[in-house]
Amino acid sequence: MKQWVVALAVATVYILHQDYWNWGKASPVVCGVLPVGLAYHAGFSICASLLMYFLVKTVWPKHLDSGEDTDTPNEAHS
Amino acid sequence: MISLIVMALYIATVLGISLFAFRRGKSTGEDFFLASRSIGGIVFFLSLFATNMTAFAILGSSGKAYNEGIGVYGLMASSSGLVIPLTLFFIGTRLWVHGKRFGHMTQVQFFRDRFECSGIGTVIFALSATMLVPYIIISIIAGGKILEGLSAYAAVDGSLQHYISYPLGAGLVAVVVLCNVFFGGMRGAVLVNVFQTILFLSFGLVAVVTIGANVPGGLANVVQQMVDAESPLLTRTKMPTAMFWSYTLIPLSSIMFPHMSIMCLTAKKMSAFKKTVVLYPVSIMAIWLPCVALGVIGSQLVHYSTPQESDRILMDLLRIYAPAWLAGILGAGIMSAVMGSDCHQILALSTMFTKDVFEYYGGRKRFGEKGTLFIGRAFILLVNIVAYLIALTRPEGIFDLAVTYAFSGFAALAPIMLGALFWRRSTKYGALAATLFVGASILTIAMLEHSYARGATICQLFDTRALYLTPGGKLSVFGCMPVVAMVAGSALMMIVGSLLTKPPSRDTIKRYFESDEKPAVVTPVLATTAA
Repeated sequence: MKQWVVALAVATVYILHQDYWNWGKASPVVCGVLPVGLAYHAGFSICASLLMYFLVKTVWPKHLDSGEDTDTPNEAHS
Repeated sequence: MISLIVMALYIATVLGISLFAFRRGKSTGEDFFLASRSIGGIVFFLSLFATNMTAFAILGSSGKAYNEGIGVYGLMASSSGLVIPLTLFFIGTRLWVHGKRFGHMTQVQFFRDRFECSGIGTVIFALSATMLVPYIIISIIAGGKILEGLSAYAAVDGSLQHYISYPLGAGLVAVVVLCNVFFGGMRGAVLVNVFQTILFLSFGLVAVVTIGANVPGGLANVVQQMVDAESPLLTRTKMPTAMFWSYTLIPLSSIMFPHMSIMCLTAKKMSAFKKTVVLYPVSIMAIWLPCVALGVIGSQLVHYSTPQESDRILMDLLRIYAPAWLAGILGAGIMSAVMGSDCHQILALSTMFTKDVFEYYGGRKRFGEKGTLFIGRAFILLVNIVAYLIALTRPEGIFDLAVTYAFSGFAALAPIMLGALFWRRSTKYGALAATLFVGASILTIAMLEHSYARGATICQLFDTRALYLTPGGKLSVFGCMPVVAMVAGSALMMIVGSLLTKPPSRDTIKRYFESDEKPAVVTPVLATTAA
């Protein structure tokens, strides 16, 4: 996955956080109790989880992940 | 009284888990301070999450929403739900890899080794410890207030009395946290966190359903009335857009808090971070969304004479609309948030002192492993006692300010970490310049906020208010929070200071940037002690 695609995805989600179009609006009220500004950011939180899932699946630093258990502490300061 | 019984059961559970951890633990520093780096999967997520949740996530969020409206969620929660997992993904994982390779147990050990300098580590230790201490004290204060509030009852003469006074409540919190950390160390803190996180993750939904079922007409009816009345609390019209944007830099502080970075080092495998980063945003939502919603709705149900009293809104809603036993469980959920982070903060301070000061300056050579553990435990006891004594004076005003500065301060240290991990050319002088800049910035902000009146213009550039105090008395830099200028300045110092000085040694570059396989013999470039 090209790194620029990932960077674009992160930047897009970050920009979506600044929902100025909802600033002065209370309606519509979602599920009867959530004003639109609050409902939007609840959805944003779910979107953030999906973004992280996307990052884990596409750009997880496998070259650093040896997958080994820590059997003996590698305490170089002992 | 029922709620107190439930709280007592909760505290007994926490102490029981601490004792279990004590019996399972080994008598080594690695086990006491990092649980032998053995924390895996979902336990790692639950513990890391608890480490970062404080009383503010429940009490403060609802109190702030009571006064300022729904914008509190977008300002603090959804921004944290994005930025914190990103920092764990990019920074936390790499910190873990280097920690496992080279035996780092604190951020300072990492910085000392990476930058080939003991001085930078000492400066960062001093700054980090100074910013962390008020946080610890605030947790004890919050715990004392919660227990005092939960134990309130109406006396025969109609006056409000408490079964548990504030000093007793604060002392109880301090003792429980002390037992958990003193005996169980990191393993004790982690095991208790699992119990605590499940409790306070469930808190929000249970609170909303229970309170909603008992509010006359239901929550939807209250919200509709607010819509009809065009309540500003349902919008963000009173929240400056520049402030909303600039707050997104505050969550950078999370990975730089010592207790969070040390928690990252406890993972058994790097893959433990996968579940954590994916679950983090929705977990924040599970806590903050109900609390913010209840805070806003609560503004129509309970009325206070001063804005500061609004931190009680959730406790008052529970008292009025929830059965006593449920209020007790929910109170335990709030205590979980308080104690969970407090344990890690105290343990982190002890780890830092033991590793970065005592051991580093020859303590371990002289007193051995057992002596080191003794010092670690003794420091925990000392910090708890001092924090409790200060908490008795209830210096909230001062410490609320200190915590505010801590968020900006730690966030501004993030460029140093990013430089250390990703930029080969970063040097100790760049890191030192950035650290000193952050320290000077905090002092400057404190001085300006205490020297000028609310709303005053401090510096005007052409027709723009460059530096001024908001009506709330907070410094604003071109309309943004100071954290923007602090992060930018810190990054600039890091870059300029590094480019103007000699690059790190070839050996350090090779160790940190070119070696992906686990080396057979590992020794840091810098001596393990100052001697």
